[in-house]
Amino acid sequence: TSADYSSCRCQRCYSVRYLRERGMTGHMKRLIAMSAGASMLGRQIVHSDSHHGSLYSRPFIESFEETPMLVAVLTYMGYGILTIFGYLRDFLRHWKIERCHIAREREVQKDFVPLYQDFENFYTRNLYMRIRDNWNRPICSVPGAKMDLMERASHDYNWTFEYTGRVVQDVINLGSYNYLGFAENTGPCADSAAEVTMKYGVGVASTRQETGNLDRHEEMEKLVAKFLGVESAMAFGMGFATNSMNIPALAGKGCLILSDELNHASLVLGARLSGSIIRVFKHNNMQSLEKLLREAIVHGQPRTHRPWKKILIVVEGIYSMEGSIVHLPEVIALKKHYRAYLYLDEAHSIGALGPRGRGVVDYFGLDPCDVDVMMGTFTKSFGAAGGYIAGKRELIEYLRSHSHSAVYATSMSPPVVEQIITSMKCIMGEDGTAIGRERVRQLAENTVYFRKRLREMGFIIYGNNDSPVIPMMLYMPAKIGAFGREMLKRNIGVVVVGFPATPIIESRARFCISAAHTKDMLNRALSVISEVGDLLQLKYSRHRIQPSLARPFDDNVYEDIDD
Amino acid sequence: LCSSKSYAPAYHLILEGILILWIIRLLFSKTYKLHETYKLTEKEKEDLIEEWQPEPLVPPVSKDHPSLNYDIVTGPPSHKIIINGKECTNFASFNFLGLLDNERVKQKALASLKKYGVGTCGPRGFYGTFDVHLELESRLARFMKTEEAIIYSYGFATIASAIPAYSKRGDIIFVDEAACFSIQKGLQASRSFIKYFKHNDMEDLERLLKEQELEDQRNPRKARVTRKFIVVEGLYINTADICPLPELVELKYKYKVRIFLEESLSFGVLGEHGRGVTEHYGVNIDDIDLISANMENAVASIGGFCCGRSFVIDHQRLSGQGYCFSASLPPMLAAAAIEALNIMEEDPDIFAVLRKKCKHVYKALQGTPGLKLVGVPFAPALHLQLERSSGSRDSDMQLLRSLVDYCLEGQVALTLARYLEKEERFLPPPR
Repeated sequence: TSADYSSCRCQRCYSVRYLRERGMTGHMKRLIAMSAGASMLGRQIVHSDSHHGSLYSRPFIESFEETPMLVAVLTYMGYGILTIFGYLRDFLRHWKIERCHIAREREVQKDFVPLYQDFENFYTRNLYMRIRDNWNRPICSVPGAKMDLMERASHDYNWTFEYTGRVVQDVINLGSYNYLGFAENTGPCADSAAEVTMKYGVGVASTRQETGNLDRHEEMEKLVAKFLGVESAMAFGMGFATNSMNIPALAGKGCLILSDELNHASLVLGARLSGSIIRVFKHNNMQSLEKLLREAIVHGQPRTHRPWKKILIVVEGIYSMEGSIVHLPEVIALKKHYRAYLYLDEAHSIGALGPRGRGVVDYFGLDPCDVDVMMGTFTKSFGAAGGYIAGKRELIEYLRSHSHSAVYATSMSPPVVEQIITSMKCIMGEDGTAIGRERVRQLAENTVYFRKRLREMGFIIYGNNDSPVIPMMLYMPAKIGAFGREMLKRNIGVVVVGFPATPIIESRARFCISAAHTKDMLNRALSVISEVGDLLQLKYSRHRIQPSLARPFDDNVYEDIDD
Repeated sequence: LCSSKSYAPAYHLILEGILILWIIRLLFSKTYKLHETYKLTEKEKEDLIEEWQPEPLVPPVSKDHPSLNYDIVTGPPSHKIIINGKECTNFASFNFLGLLDNERVKQKALASLKKYGVGTCGPRGFYGTFDVHLELESRLARFMKTEEAIIYSYGFATIASAIPAYSKRGDIIFVDEAACFSIQKGLQASRSFIKYFKHNDMEDLERLLKEQELEDQRNPRKARVTRKFIVVEGLYINTADICPLPELVELKYKYKVRIFLEESLSFGVLGEHGRGVTEHYGVNIDDIDLISANMENAVASIGGFCCGRSFVIDHQRLSGQGYCFSASLPPMLAAAAIEALNIMEEDPDIFAVLRKKCKHVYKALQGTPGLKLVGVPFAPALHLQLERSSGSRDSDMQLLRSLVDYCLEGQVALTLARYLEKEERFLPPPR
């Protein structure tokens, strides 16, 4: 059973073929799909059992509700007003009517070529500065389910901050990536890390290939390989650097990299540094990916038309700004059909998805050997730092000798390695307790509950029903700052994101659920969010689900077809 | 057309009639597609897809590739190190001030672990900023006597993120040939024009700068927006010698270029108080635009930092890729770095002791037959190179490896300097 769209007889694929053959544009397709009896709820993707049943073993529900028209117009107007005011303030600052707080170049170097262009920093000076107090909030405790924030005050509209010396205690933490709750300073992980600190020290002062390869590193790598179910693994000191240093080792000139639209900056940097041709396919859109694959193989390299050396598909497990999960079964089917290689970045999904916590491969019940390169980080679910790459033995041997990190960068610090070993053993259940499995289950339960309640209240939530990353739409620039501050006043710490991390009108607040959150904390957070949502009028959703009815899986709901 | 005013000659009318007929013909004729002949049928496409065979994902690595088998170190990597079961004196780690084993540093790291746990679970912007990070940044700025400092969680990523934050496509960077690999990656990521000058050769650099000045005079509008940088290292890792900083500062003011100084090896080693190359030469630190160093050598922790004036450093907080998109440094490592800084500030004599020992070792290794010593007397990391190369890099490496093994037998730990042969721009000879 292969994912051959040209021969599948299900309704969805039939309609896709129907429309494609007739060369319909996106807008026309939408109208036809609507008139064909489908209910269009923005973009809702429902893969139920009867559809591609062999690929998806469980229901896969994602939704990205469309921006209401009025809200979009108001948001653009808001940005327009801010821009006008920005120009006005720049003008006043230039003519010294208003005091200028920005740092200036040295007098001696005034006639050098300016280091920054003025317009580059327009957004930073005029929009970001106004709401800067929502980011870089310093904390002074464990980043667990509750944390202590240092209070900051600003007397000159966020240009400089002072610390009042007071500490805001017990703020509910909905921002840290602490999915399984291993960010703790007591318990078996912390104890073994403490032991190793006293025995081995903190630094290593040498690269992996020289004298930096400790026996603990070897043990950790064997454990990671066992955890993921692959042949071997290799670990690096920084997740960002893992991507940017190893993609160049795997792909080079004459190769093609197909990467998702919304890939992380580290994947984009790694792809650029490798020197291969990069083509981008629409986010999670398998038709777009298949079209690119076919075109690439048929036409070969640009201009010379020689065949490609290899094709590497780069996707992420969970996309942290959208909360969506990659359509892994379809990607693997495509990869096998067209003989490409798959690079899966599980930064957020390792430990957080799947019944045993083994990531997105476990979530779909697939075979880990199908993914050629599995990459992930230890920062999020394991409470440590660093990244890993896992796969077949030949791949890891090649990376041991040719990776930039192994040759030039210092190896990982021993207590961090110890934390990874202990937390991984806990999740796998090898330390003799059921804590790991309990936490995985608790996380899944928390996620489903939180998402359901938010939807019931009427907020627009993006992403998959099972992903612990929950983006809630705010849209308007003023609400970004207001939401962050109002939540902090009520003792809840959230993360808000705007341009340039997201498209300009789709700014959002992002909640990261943890297994350490208790039901009480979640209920408290939900009531506060509802209160602030009413205050700021954030309940945009036009499709509130009734709490009592169970929604049946509707086969007539179509994916928004936009080739 | 009034018949009394019809003085349009007949040929005019006929011409217009022909033109109208031509236009009508063009409008209705079939458009001519140039690539009609290149369209492939579906069957041909399927055949091409069937035929295509990719290369294997990674080329196979032979079993006895020199960098495949690592030496395993059991136990702490301090002055006495246990490699592959044998206990040796450690001449291979970059543990210049001996702080890897220091009790005070370990105690502080332990206290921090008990307070914060191990990881930070987030980037600096999203609840990943701890008070230890802020303290370390202010201590570093005070120690180096600059306005501000910024911390990265990985030494390699420090300069590799700092350079692309300032230098974009179209800017010009002058780099020494012996620059280390992380600088090369930073240059590659920045997409600017790179001009290499011969190692430590100020005349070569001046020649390049003069050429650039002539170019600028020819095109002044473009020159007004092209930024120019010089990137040098304090103590070069590849050649273990020092850059001529006072001459560089002169060139900076003469040709209006900015200087980025990379002090990984010289921070905590050179200078009376350990402040690096600027203190060693007595250069005013405000003259250098950006100093970047990693904390993995003398300051026996993990991570890196950049310091300089606020005008320069503040920009990296929003545009340094390794800072914004990556988790912050674990707080126990930051606490260890603070304690190491405390030790460095309290006891400036250790730098004099280190320098004396370096000179001693340098003198002792000077006359070794068959081997050439590369480096300056006060450099803590020296290279031993083969005097006569056999011509093939592989056999040179094997000879050096057997030398290292022999030393291991004699309980002295040395190491082969590792390079990625295909990736380095100017590959240093084996040492």
